[in-house]
Amino acid sequence: MPPTVPTETPGLAAYADVTASNTTLRRFLHGLPGVDQVGAEARAASLGTRSIKTTAKAHAIELAITMVDLTTLEGQDTPGKVRALASKALRPDPSDPTCPSVAAVCVYGDLVGEVKQIVGDRVNVAAVATAFPSGRASLEVKLADTRDAVAAGADEIDMVIDRGAFLAGHYLQVFDEIVAVKEACRRADGSHAHLKVIFETGELQTYDNVRRASWLAMLAGTDFIKTSTGKVQPAATLPVTLVMLEAVRDFREATGVQIGVKPAGGIRTSKDAIKYLVMVNEVTGPDWLTPDWFRFGASTLLNDLLMQRTKLATGRYSGPDYFTLD
Amino acid sequence: MARVDVRKTYKLYIGGAFPRSESGHSFEVLDAKGRFLANAARATRKDARDAVAAARKAFPGWSGRTAYNRGQVVYRIAEVLETRRDQFVAELVRSEGTSAAKAGKYVDAAVDRLVWYAGWADKIAQVVGNQNPVAGPYFNLTSPEPTGVVAVVAPAGPLLGLVSVVAPIIVTGNTAVVVASQTHPLTAITLAEVMATSDLPGGVVNILTGPTAEIAPWLASHMDVNAIDLAGVTDAELATSLEVAAADNLKRVRRAPASEPDWLETPALAAMTDFLESKTVWHPIGV
Amino acid sequence: MPTQSTTFDYAPAPESRALVDIKASYGLFIDGEFVDGHGDAFKSINPATEETLAEISEADDADVDRAVKAARRAFRSWSRMPGSERAKYLYRIARIVQERSRELAILESIDNGKPIKESRDVDVPIVAAHFFYHAGWADKLEYAGLGANPQPLGVAAQVIPWNFPLLMLAWKIAPALACGNTVVLKPAETTPLTALLFAEICQQADLPPGVVNIITGAGGTGQALIAHPDVDKVAFTGSTEVGKAIARSIAGTDKKATLELGGKAANIVFDDAPIDQAVEGIVDGIFFNQGHVCCAGSRLLVQESIADDLLDRLKRRMSTLRIGDPLDKNTDVGAINSGEQLKRIRELSEVGDAEGAERWEVACDLPTKGFWFPPTIFTGVSQAHRIAREEIFGPVLSVLTFRTPAEAVEKANNTPYGLSAGVWTDKGSRILFMADRLRAGVVWANTFNKFDPTSPFGGYKESGYGREGGRQGLASYLKAGA
Repeated sequence: MPPTVPTETPGLAAYADVTASNTTLRRFLHGLPGVDQVGAEARAASLGTRSIKTTAKAHAIELAITMVDLTTLEGQDTPGKVRALASKALRPDPSDPTCPSVAAVCVYGDLVGEVKQIVGDRVNVAAVATAFPSGRASLEVKLADTRDAVAAGADEIDMVIDRGAFLAGHYLQVFDEIVAVKEACRRADGSHAHLKVIFETGELQTYDNVRRASWLAMLAGTDFIKTSTGKVQPAATLPVTLVMLEAVRDFREATGVQIGVKPAGGIRTSKDAIKYLVMVNEVTGPDWLTPDWFRFGASTLLNDLLMQRTKLATGRYSGPDYFTLD
Repeated sequence: MARVDVRKTYKLYIGGAFPRSESGHSFEVLDAKGRFLANAARATRKDARDAVAAARKAFPGWSGRTAYNRGQVVYRIAEVLETRRDQFVAELVRSEGTSAAKAGKYVDAAVDRLVWYAGWADKIAQVVGNQNPVAGPYFNLTSPEPTGVVAVVAPAGPLLGLVSVVAPIIVTGNTAVVVASQTHPLTAITLAEVMATSDLPGGVVNILTGPTAEIAPWLASHMDVNAIDLAGVTDAELATSLEVAAADNLKRVRRAPASEPDWLETPALAAMTDFLESKTVWHPIGV
Repeated sequence: MPTQSTTFDYAPAPESRALVDIKASYGLFIDGEFVDGHGDAFKSINPATEETLAEISEADDADVDRAVKAARRAFRSWSRMPGSERAKYLYRIARIVQERSRELAILESIDNGKPIKESRDVDVPIVAAHFFYHAGWADKLEYAGLGANPQPLGVAAQVIPWNFPLLMLAWKIAPALACGNTVVLKPAETTPLTALLFAEICQQADLPPGVVNIITGAGGTGQALIAHPDVDKVAFTGSTEVGKAIARSIAGTDKKATLELGGKAANIVFDDAPIDQAVEGIVDGIFFNQGHVCCAGSRLLVQESIADDLLDRLKRRMSTLRIGDPLDKNTDVGAINSGEQLKRIRELSEVGDAEGAERWEVACDLPTKGFWFPPTIFTGVSQAHRIAREEIFGPVLSVLTFRTPAEAVEKANNTPYGLSAGVWTDKGSRILFMADRLRAGVVWANTFNKFDPTSPFGGYKESGYGREGGRQGLASYLKAGA
């Protein structure tokens, strides 16, 4: 995917005034249409009742596997642990060579090299950065964190926004930080590591805030918007993802720029994953139904997808003993 | 040789579980003729504290459910109680020494009482709430809301009396900590088994057995209890002291009746409204 | 590693028909038993396939008389039974409806053409809720606000439409029984099957014979029932035209009447509305149940400043509606209930074309058998157009615009109907301002087509009189006691 930088994109030029000051940015974000909580949740629940069976289910499970950002973000992570995860990412089901690889492995920045050694260019390596998960550090530290991960070979950077600044109404500060991190994603050869901006929607609390954060990050030039760190409850939910999908849909209408969406945290079953794919299909349309534009941040989800995949192939229910624990 | 029966251990009912008293103490429960029936757990102030914590924890979820759902749950308690009719008749005959016919009448009435209250869940607001025609461009609506955690000193009527005080408290969304009748505590625990298997979330009703005079003061003075029903307090001095203790955080107090009411009579709405707050919402009307 | 996007086609997900057992022929349910009718039997068909489902008895005047007599006999004991005991029968019915919910939903979708997701998730759950709610009133009537000792009216003649067959049955029977009346109910001739299954439920509940009688037939049977001299109460849901005829026919009698008739509801969207939810509300408002809804939001009034954007969003959303097999769990819009109704929808739509409105419809493949009409909107509609004034009762939305709240009120109220209205805005005070001025029995704000047994439903003006549901609904079946 070609890197997109705000100033180089004609569609975004029209929004230059919006980001001229905190006042104008605030006025713009607060002028976005409101989100009625009850209505949004009802719509999400209604999409969740779609019945995806047989061939459609097989297609959805295969697709979901390719969209997984296989993630480990623990203080106890070791080189050995992430190497095992990297192997799993390449060959999720060792007994079945037709099983596709996942989209990426997502780790802390210091472990990027370990993963890269295993996966090479076959699977992307994503690193969380900018004082993940709290985002509480100086900008200099956040940028250094980012550059470090990019230098180590990260293909993708998952940054967190400063929720304190956002909730205090310092939108331009959040905006500038995203722009700066995006700049820090630049490699020596001029290409960019792919940037995902994490909102931690569980801390933003309202859907109005989620919509505002989405537009803010998209105007700042992010490649993806992502729900959560996985460290705060609630993490990804269907209604939050609905609001974000509506935002990327509207943003492309307005600017011509397509942005990806990544729900992360709390998606554990194939059934859940399929609900998300149905939502993508019906809210943004099939343009987003690829790993380039939609990802799942997850760890345990992958094994459930594999179990369901095996169930469809063999006609009997499988058990956790038949899949690797990494 | 006659079969040796297996006897049940009676424990407390707190947070949906059946723990023994933290003290490890129990007390003897006697039947109507003074013969030993069983040992009941003797709840202490710490059990009372735990029960209040359980009731508080259950309150947001229970009060947040739709009235329709609460009604169905209370109706479910009635359904399950009806299926255990024979067991309750036998227990009432044993503990109160009444005839099976009279006991049957009280069990039936307890089932019917639950059904009656189940129907109130989604109607009480329609009967005691209202719109107020204030003199100005304002929408103004008053609706009832549950007051919170309600402590109950249960009356002597082991089944119908107990149901008649607990059902009106919980059907509107309150949660309850009940001190069971000191003389007839076993039926209360059997009723807890009914509630535990009736879709009633753990902690909505908690039941303590033991000496009323020991346990009730801890509930009356507990600062995280919002109201207290003195239905089963027969000692006037105790009643007054509990009401005095309740004043520390202005608990809503439903005073003890002069004598044990005839539980067979259809209750008045006060059994519910005494544990309801009225909330009035103002909103301007304009473009 | 860019990958190609692929379409995500949902495989068919049909609900199994195995759960329902449709008999070859059905009789009338009178005095607790199924008996043959003496009129000319007619067929009930599946509107999605036009296959014949069953042969249905027609009640003639003598059958109607038998049913009313059975209800009168049952009234004596039913009305004197303690409310707490009547309540238990209604609770039983509520529980059996819950237990047999999927069966009822499937049968409803087969007979009516509505999507299974709707009969399963909306109709049947509300049916159970209606019985549950009214069961609770049976022993609390002294709190209904009608005095200390309110009394039932007697025998209720109830005639219901085909758009929500079982739900309308519940709206009629539950309050009538709770208040101590007995009923003779006639379902619509195109959708009698769930009412007849409900008769079996009454048997399972051991409801005393004669308390509920269900007679089938067409308009003539309905007329005979309403005209029967021993009927004390008439409850009708259907067209305004028939409603007026009923009002005339009972003039000079002691019969009380409740009429739930047509509508042409305005769904008013202001420029500060939560836009994505408003789009959902518009879709729910007019395409729910194929638009066969008396309170459907069939007139969209959108503020001019957002009209283009809103219509773009609406069309995009409409394009994701799935139209087809009512039994497929992913179907959003099912079949039109009858060939006759389809004809009327087509005719009025053609009038819309002729009057100069612009038609836009969802591009979709419709099944070749059965009765189908694609979700359609007309733009450039004015108040003078017939499609803005007449009830189409199908998936057809007329779009008008307005500039100010006052204009919105004026246009919304400029109709002989007054059943419902919708208001979409983020501003609370404006919702209440609009609600104050809209001459409609139900006003939905930032939502649409919501129903609950606790909430009274019914219309102003030519949308009928009387209310169903809530405390107000009880007044339709009670009189002040001595």
